[in-house]
Amino acid sequence: MILDFIIGIISAGIPLAAPLLLAGLGEMFNQRAGVFNLGVEGIMLMGAFVGFLVVLTVGSPILGLLAAIAVGALMGLLMAVVTVKFKAQQGISGIGLFMLGWGLSGTLFRVYIGGITSITGIKPFSFPLLGKIPIIGEIFFQNNILVYIAFLLVPISWYVLNKTAWGLKVRAVGTNPQAADTLGIKVERIRFQCIILGSMMAGLAGAYLSIAQTHIFADNITAGRGFIAVALVYFGRWKPAGIMWGTLLFSLAHALQRSIQVYGINFPYEIAVIIPYLLVIVVLALSYKSQLLGPVALGKPFIRGSRE
Amino acid sequence: MSEIISKLEMKKITKKFPGVLACNNIDIYLKSGEILALLGENGAGKTTLMNVLFGLYQPEHGKIFINDKQVIINSPSTAFKYGIGMVHQHFMLVPNLTVVENVALGLIGKRIFKLDLNKVRKRIEEVSKEYGLSVNPNAYIWQLSVGEQQRVELIKVLCLGANLLILDEPTAALTPQETDELIVLLKQMAEKGRSIIFISHKLNEVKAVSNRVCVLRNGSLVYEGKTQKHSVATLAEKMAGREIYMPTLKEKSQANSPILEIKNVFAKGNMGTMALDGLSLTVSKGEIVGIAGVSGNGQKELADVINGISHIERGKILLNSKNIANLAPQQIINKGIGYIPEDRMHEGTIPSFSVKENIIMKDYNKKPLSKKMFLQNSIIEKYSQKLISNFDIKCPDNKTMCASLSGGNVQKVILARELSRKPKMLIAAYPIRGLDLGAAEYVHEQLLEARSENVGILLISEELDELLDICDRIAVIYEGKILEILDRDIATKTKLGLLMAGIKNEKKAI
Repeated sequence: MILDFIIGIISAGIPLAAPLLLAGLGEMFNQRAGVFNLGVEGIMLMGAFVGFLVVLTVGSPILGLLAAIAVGALMGLLMAVVTVKFKAQQGISGIGLFMLGWGLSGTLFRVYIGGITSITGIKPFSFPLLGKIPIIGEIFFQNNILVYIAFLLVPISWYVLNKTAWGLKVRAVGTNPQAADTLGIKVERIRFQCIILGSMMAGLAGAYLSIAQTHIFADNITAGRGFIAVALVYFGRWKPAGIMWGTLLFSLAHALQRSIQVYGINFPYEIAVIIPYLLVIVVLALSYKSQLLGPVALGKPFIRGSRE
Repeated sequence: MSEIISKLEMKKITKKFPGVLACNNIDIYLKSGEILALLGENGAGKTTLMNVLFGLYQPEHGKIFINDKQVIINSPSTAFKYGIGMVHQHFMLVPNLTVVENVALGLIGKRIFKLDLNKVRKRIEEVSKEYGLSVNPNAYIWQLSVGEQQRVELIKVLCLGANLLILDEPTAALTPQETDELIVLLKQMAEKGRSIIFISHKLNEVKAVSNRVCVLRNGSLVYEGKTQKHSVATLAEKMAGREIYMPTLKEKSQANSPILEIKNVFAKGNMGTMALDGLSLTVSKGEIVGIAGVSGNGQKELADVINGISHIERGKILLNSKNIANLAPQQIINKGIGYIPEDRMHEGTIPSFSVKENIIMKDYNKKPLSKKMFLQNSIIEKYSQKLISNFDIKCPDNKTMCASLSGGNVQKVILARELSRKPKMLIAAYPIRGLDLGAAEYVHEQLLEARSENVGILLISEELDELLDICDRIAVIYEGKILEILDRDIATKTKLGLLMAGIKNEKKAI
């Protein structure tokens, strides 16, 4: 019974981590380049809606995911133009982007779909043989393809950031853009690239919720996951592995509170629901705060020749 | 490596900023193997001119020629392509990257994937061997001292193939020994056919290093000629446009009754380590005590704890024999300590407030400036006008924002506020940093006047000339302790320099 309970939590928690991980890794690229994108939530909502709409009308989950990525890229482009090109204040612009995505996805949903409709979407599959291993199979080898992609992106992001020329430029641009500029690196171009990449991943994360997780779309389907992803980037100290542990912590807590409700344990569910969110706040408050290794130029627009 | 620059010419360079003519029709030239010093006060246009050469600014008029061919330099990467490298006053290094990664940044160009750090490491080792610039390529920049960071900057520009080096105030944060080493190094580079532009307002260094000097004043070139024809004094005159007498201390201090006693103080710094590690020091009435040291040895924390901005762990700070340690800043202000902070734009003043408001910042809640919680505007108006004229603050009127004043005038606002409150004790942190000679002269005169009025003064500085000019005693701070205190008649730059580096074995000789 206890074992079932624990396995249940872990096997439910891992797929819940995937959208947070996709959005969090995307936001990490944003922030590493010095741009703070609070609009992740809005991008996820648009990704979730557009992906859902495409699957509903065309029937192809792949096309749905691609459409969500494309919408993410467009919203990222908007964010980049506003904050990098026109040097607007990043926090406010991000909130604006969130409001836009939230309002637009809700409105379009009411206009074109209206009520709860479900789609087939992407289903989990069981690995031959591996999926049949007791416990391990249930936890690790019975998920949908996007879960594996999300977790594979952890080492890939680490490699890109730390071992490629582009990653080096990203790290420099987020910490000392003036220095990067004097070395001939196009600061604004790198920031555009990072914002768009991060937003594409946010779009995909949104589509995960509608296409792979719930198979429906509802207004505000993301329920704050975009903001949690931003918080988890801080929690993970801008490192892919750190972000991964953060998403697992949050999603396991999420799975735990669900299990408490499902198993009918005598615990007020109102309190259970807030556990994961509370946990993030507590961990953020207690986590080690040194800017030393983080992107110091985070949030500051780059203006060539300006003196600090 | 790019073509050797045997001749560089900048012709009729004009650069405007809104409301300011930063460079006005300036002509300079430079030959290979030559070290040109670019002299001028703050705002004279030195850095602007060099940023034009380095491609950071586009001039309104003017042309640049390299080896008699006109070139257009519209970005730093173009400048590097022509073999021009610049070491900025604020180092252009990324602190959370290693030395190798910082150098690699300049070499990867448009590449996306391939990052061959081993090749870069080899290149760094070659360059550091050639010039005797030792550095650990795998260290993170934030782990390095300021002197080491400067070495990294030099290695970086050399690795990128610079034949012409622009150095913007390179010695600003170096110890005297490090400065001497740099001068030797620059001469070596020049001998190998590289050319160097050296921006500074430290005239001794200019004398020691350069072949030729160009003096800028208010955006125009006012003098150009051989360095050896001039003494430090005549260069200073050319720079300021008038004769400058840096005031020095004449008579010995008579006072011996202590005003400020710091006893065995321990305090934590930003990094959580003990930044003040059992520091003791006494300042008497009518005495200026200097604190010399390489920045980061506890100077900031010392000023902060005396003024109550941060707390001490152990020890005592006595003002007139009464403990003031760990009191609130307001209480300490009321007990008669004045403070000229290191960062005059953020700690010393509120930049968006007017001159008038900044002047009354410490007394706005006292009579006669306020009565029953209401500000007495007519009294404040008169009071601020009086201080503006007494302290010769140059501003359009007393409603001007401090942010729009020059550094020298902001410092005068702070001096006016602090000195007119008649403090018993004054803490002055780097009071002439970044000021031009005229303004520095004024600040020193004011400090000496306060001294003659029996104020005890603690002067924190990294400029040894400043300390030797006006201090009665000079204490050297090293790793949070006072290593040694020298009386003015026996203090020399060499002795202080060694002590600043933590070397105390000359003690017997002193």
